[in-house]
Amino acid sequence: MEGSLNSLALLVNYIFVPGFAYGSQLALGALGVTMIYAVLNFSNFSHGEIMSFGAMITILVTYWFQGLGISVHPLPTALIALPVGIGGAILLCLLLDRLVFSFYRQQRANSVTYLIVSIGVMFVIGGITRFIIGPDDRNFNDGERFVLKARTFKEMTGLSEGVAIKSSQAITVASAFIVVAAVFWFLSRTRTGKSMRAYSNNPDLALLSGIDPNRVVFLAWVITAGLAAIAGTLYGLDKSYKPLVFLHLVLPIFAAAIVGGVGSPLGAIVGGFVIAFSELFITFAYKKVAAYLLGDGVLGDGLLQLLSTDYKFAVSFIILVVVLLIKPTGIFSGKSI
Amino acid sequence: MSYLVSENMVAGYGGANILNSCSIEVDLGQIAVVVGPNGAGKSTAMKAIFGMLPLQRGNVKVLNESINDLPTFQRVKKGMAFVPQTDNIFSSLTVEENLEMGAFTNPRAMITIIEQVYSLFPALKEKRLQRAGELSGGQRQQVAVGRALMTEPKLLMLDEPTAGVSPIVMDELFERIIDVARTGIAILMVEQNAKQALSIADIGYVLVQGENRYTDSGKALLENTDVRKTFLGG
Repeated sequence: MEGSLNSLALLVNYIFVPGFAYGSQLALGALGVTMIYAVLNFSNFSHGEIMSFGAMITILVTYWFQGLGISVHPLPTALIALPVGIGGAILLCLLLDRLVFSFYRQQRANSVTYLIVSIGVMFVIGGITRFIIGPDDRNFNDGERFVLKARTFKEMTGLSEGVAIKSSQAITVASAFIVVAAVFWFLSRTRTGKSMRAYSNNPDLALLSGIDPNRVVFLAWVITAGLAAIAGTLYGLDKSYKPLVFLHLVLPIFAAAIVGGVGSPLGAIVGGFVIAFSELFITFAYKKVAAYLLGDGVLGDGLLQLLSTDYKFAVSFIILVVVLLIKPTGIFSGKSI
Repeated sequence: MSYLVSENMVAGYGGANILNSCSIEVDLGQIAVVVGPNGAGKSTAMKAIFGMLPLQRGNVKVLNESINDLPTFQRVKKGMAFVPQTDNIFSSLTVEENLEMGAFTNPRAMITIIEQVYSLFPALKEKRLQRAGELSGGQRQQVAVGRALMTEPKLLMLDEPTAGVSPIVMDELFERIIDVARTGIAILMVEQNAKQALSIADIGYVLVQGENRYTDSGKALLENTDVRKTFLGG
């Protein structure tokens, strides 16, 4: 009995808690990707770097606030700096649209051209970000570290395995929930949100209904930038901020969007969690779990790990390829690409 | 002076022009029908009038004011509404959301006009929370016309509203179109079912190779032996 409870505690601590946090971050990222795909019809590979840029602004403002002695302890200062980060990301996106993407929209460029353009944009933003803040790892989480400490959990339950919940994880899940609920409310209940869905479904008919295409595009960028800055900051709070990480993060984000169904907001959320939990389940070492359930050393002294964590991105790749082979429109039947 | 006047429109999709000097007029409360063989430029004329295709020459005027430079989405505010032949609904939105999008420039219509649309097409009220893409062909067409009516148009343009619906639904749709015209709206319609459409038309335009060939009242065109022989199958 105690053995199975201990193994459960292990799984909760190393898979479920981090999975929910990481899944929320991916879901927010994928929601931004899907938004741009739904409205502007292209795969925006620069999304990861927009996240990074937004997080960078948040960090710089956080440092400034810390210098001024402003704090919201026990919450991290970054939470009050976040609105500025969102603003920065919005300005960046509107500038990018004005300087780059609007040109290709007028040319009615095909989606492959857009994709290449967005990769170019990705490198430019990445360069700017590293130029401003440098390539180093930065930890800017100055709030309380834990909501639930492993030792407290052990004392409470008497188990030998602890469950810890970092405050950054709790904040991530909570804010992702609020943001996603707000986006869904906006898209399904407000006239403007419905007009964005209408434009995504049938742009020509949207024009015939008097919907201003420029406004829809503007709003799509604003929402995407907001989501990106929030996702980037939460990821940075949770795992520390390093500009180059966002180059790799694009892959699981796209995998999440595609698994769920590109263009489907609900799909982006589900896809985010599918990818996050798959990565964790496949790269987790089950040795201790097996020891608790079956007894020490019964299954030999291997780590019982399917893949080393170094290969975690391969998991998203495999899922991506399988989904594209079997059901290219994803779980919630988005647009096929 | 008619409500809508389009004069000598020349337009095309790059390369050869499809419209070579085509003129169409319609006044409030009238039904104008454009007929002609395939490739005569009927649909192109509609698109040109709505600004979905740039004019190379010619004029489109509403209430004697040129709207040549107005983008499509702003023509809606001028009282123009268009039901395209295909892709004329938001398939992923519910019936009610489709109508709401029709009322986008005119949110008041969600209170006033929507009841009129529902009484014109009672089936839509029953299915108002269903996705429009799940409806039958005839009901989709009703959604499409309903969406256009929600803009409170002065001019309703229909591109082959009866394409792909059963004869019973077709009769029903023509009835509704006459009802709409009686409320004082100008109707401009392209139709494949030329005989039936001309029988309800106040003015008929026979278009051939992007030019007006015959223009007369619907009745007169139906009686014109040349028109009958060449375009109406005897």
